[in-house]
Amino acid sequence: MAKIHFLYNKMSGTSPRAVNVDLQTDATLQVDISDALSERDKVKFTVHTKSSLPNFKQNEFSVVRQHEEFIWLHDSFVENEEYAGYIIPPAPPRPDFDASREKLQKLGEGEGSMTKEEFTKMKQELEAEYLAIFKKTVAMHEVFLCRVAAHPVLRKDLNFHVFLEYGQDLSVRGKNKKEKLEDFFKNVVKSADGVLVAGVKDVDDFFEHEKTFLLEYHTRVKDASAKSDRMIRSHKSTPDPEGLKSLFFLKVSELFEKTRKIEARVAADEDLKLADLLKYYLRESQAAKDLLYRRSRALVDYENANKALDKARAKNRDVLQAETSQQICCNKFDKISESAKQELIDFKTRRVSAFRKNLVELAELELKHAKGNLQLLQSCLGVLKGNT
Amino acid sequence: CNKMIITIYTSHIYKSIKTCHMHFKILARTPLILPSLLLQTSLSVFRLQDFSVKRRFSDFLGLHSKLASKYLHIGCIVPPAPRRALWVRVKVGKEDQSSNEFVEKRRCALERYLMRTVKHPVLLKDPDLLQFLESPELARAVSTQALSGAGLMRMMNKAADAVNKMTIRMNESDTWFEEKQQHFENLDLQLRKLHGSIESLVCHRKELSLNTCQFARSAAMLGNSEDHTALSRALSQLAEVEEKMEALHNEQANQDFSLLSELVGDYVRLLSAIKAVFEHRVKTWQKWQDTQILLQKKREAEAKLQITNKPDKLQQAKDEIKELELKVSQGERDFEQISKTIRKEVTRFEKERVKDFKETIVKYLETLLHSQQQMIKYWEAFLPEAKAIS
Repeated sequence: MAKIHFLYNKMSGTSPRAVNVDLQTDATLQVDISDALSERDKVKFTVHTKSSLPNFKQNEFSVVRQHEEFIWLHDSFVENEEYAGYIIPPAPPRPDFDASREKLQKLGEGEGSMTKEEFTKMKQELEAEYLAIFKKTVAMHEVFLCRVAAHPVLRKDLNFHVFLEYGQDLSVRGKNKKEKLEDFFKNVVKSADGVLVAGVKDVDDFFEHEKTFLLEYHTRVKDASAKSDRMIRSHKSTPDPEGLKSLFFLKVSELFEKTRKIEARVAADEDLKLADLLKYYLRESQAAKDLLYRRSRALVDYENANKALDKARAKNRDVLQAETSQQICCNKFDKISESAKQELIDFKTRRVSAFRKNLVELAELELKHAKGNLQLLQSCLGVLKGNT
Repeated sequence: CNKMIITIYTSHIYKSIKTCHMHFKILARTPLILPSLLLQTSLSVFRLQDFSVKRRFSDFLGLHSKLASKYLHIGCIVPPAPRRALWVRVKVGKEDQSSNEFVEKRRCALERYLMRTVKHPVLLKDPDLLQFLESPELARAVSTQALSGAGLMRMMNKAADAVNKMTIRMNESDTWFEEKQQHFENLDLQLRKLHGSIESLVCHRKELSLNTCQFARSAAMLGNSEDHTALSRALSQLAEVEEKMEALHNEQANQDFSLLSELVGDYVRLLSAIKAVFEHRVKTWQKWQDTQILLQKKREAEAKLQITNKPDKLQQAKDEIKELELKVSQGERDFEQISKTIRKEVTRFEKERVKDFKETIVKYLETLLHSQQQMIKYWEAFLPEAKAIS
């Protein structure tokens, strides 16, 4: 099968900027993905930056990055203790063309067994599907960068600047087995911890409330996202009645062909406005949960440090050490709490406005398509009833 | 033309705990002339007639059996009766979704069957049909059980016919028949394919409805756990809209089935009746040919007998020849008659088919239209809710 080259150019198409996040565009640092190339097993994104900040050598520049480099950047934020008090923008999901590629391959193999027009039709559809997935993955990578650029603290991160500016390959290899195993254990510990930590009563009611809300919300979003996916998939696969073409009513078969195209568009729009929205907030709510976890962890550490200090004072041994350690924990906890509060408020604002935007657009698109269908049906009925 | 309108209602009769019989009440209205068996008169009288009788499913099958045996072999396209499903579980006494659907499906099928039958100008005059429509008591139709002895015999006869058909090759002198046969074969293929597509459409729509229902529930829960009041309300509204969509999809799937799928199914069966009619024509021709061959043989035998001195054998031969000559001209007349009838029947069938499809498709499109109008209503109600989120 031939290599599939999809060149995506921002200038030529509609802006893919994900509508899930409403971001203020700031003249001091603007990041976007101006171009992308899909090759056999990887996607190359052209990250384009415009900045008036003195940190950069030029005002406008571009580099080529792959998915692993985005992950590296994300992980570097997560591992940085300084950012413990912020919601780390969720990493973009890995570009997954496997399903689509498989379908195209099967089509290629079955070329001999179908008519030329069936083949071209299917090929066009599959290519359109591939292109849609491609556009989506570009959008998701872009929104990650934009979120970082919009964040008052993260935008100053050195790794981020390197990511944006360094002309060469970052040589970020994917995690090897050992590292993956380490990650796995970290996650196990985290979830075990999470269970322990969840039990710790929180001083601040705000956080308690947020914690309960987010836990529930997260599971609900996950559920809704899965269900909406399935709904959309079944919407996509509604077939159109073949064989009507041979009968009297060519008009009717035309009608069905057109309504099917509209239905496909409905499915695509629902996918974009609803499913993607839910998927994105699934990831963000996970990031918010992670923030709360870190805060709880810091609280536990603080309380342990307090206990250690009391013990040290009782035994009158290593008191100074205990005091400094307690002070550090206290500072860490306060720092996280302060920024976390703001982050969570921002998260809510972002979420509400994104949902509003998408739900409004979803409703408008559904109306547009229903009206389109209606018109087609009315005109076809007019013709059929007219000639007796 | 006649405008008899048949409506069928269902009613159940409970004979005992175990046996529950389903009766169909036939209401036949006709504003036109109709010879009535009950009046024992050959004069037709104008009157508005409402017949109302109760029949069992097996009675319908019996009626079809009688009509088919009388008219198929002379070239009339006798509408096939709805099939008897071999495995039917109609729960006694219970009112449940699937058995209600089954009863309704059967009722509709019987109605369509009877309507098609009474629309046929030749069949309408048949005394068996009139008796079926009018007489309060009807002799129980026997041998209509699917797996009865008679049923098995019928199946075996059909198989034997099929074998015979393969060996008959007719010299078709009339291209009209060849063309028509080809046309119907193509139509049959197309209709079967279409039927398959429609069934899969119904399946998909039902699945869509199910998934939409689950999503609606999930969205409702999401709305519940959302703490921003306006967004929470909007999500609940979204859930409600999706619930309504689910109902719409389900309803549409039912329409897909009852209008389109059943129509196409009916025509697939009608086409097999047409096939049978064409086959009968071939058989009629074959019979005629066979009689001619026999006549030829007898003539040759007679010529031989002329030489020998056997006067009574010669007379016998001459008598046989006379008989056969009559048979041959009868055979030719039969063949011409069935050909003529088939032409008329096919023309009528095609006209009816076009009308039937057009009416049904228009009805179907109107259901789609209604669906879309409802969808517009629901989304228009939702839009201000979404905009109200602040």
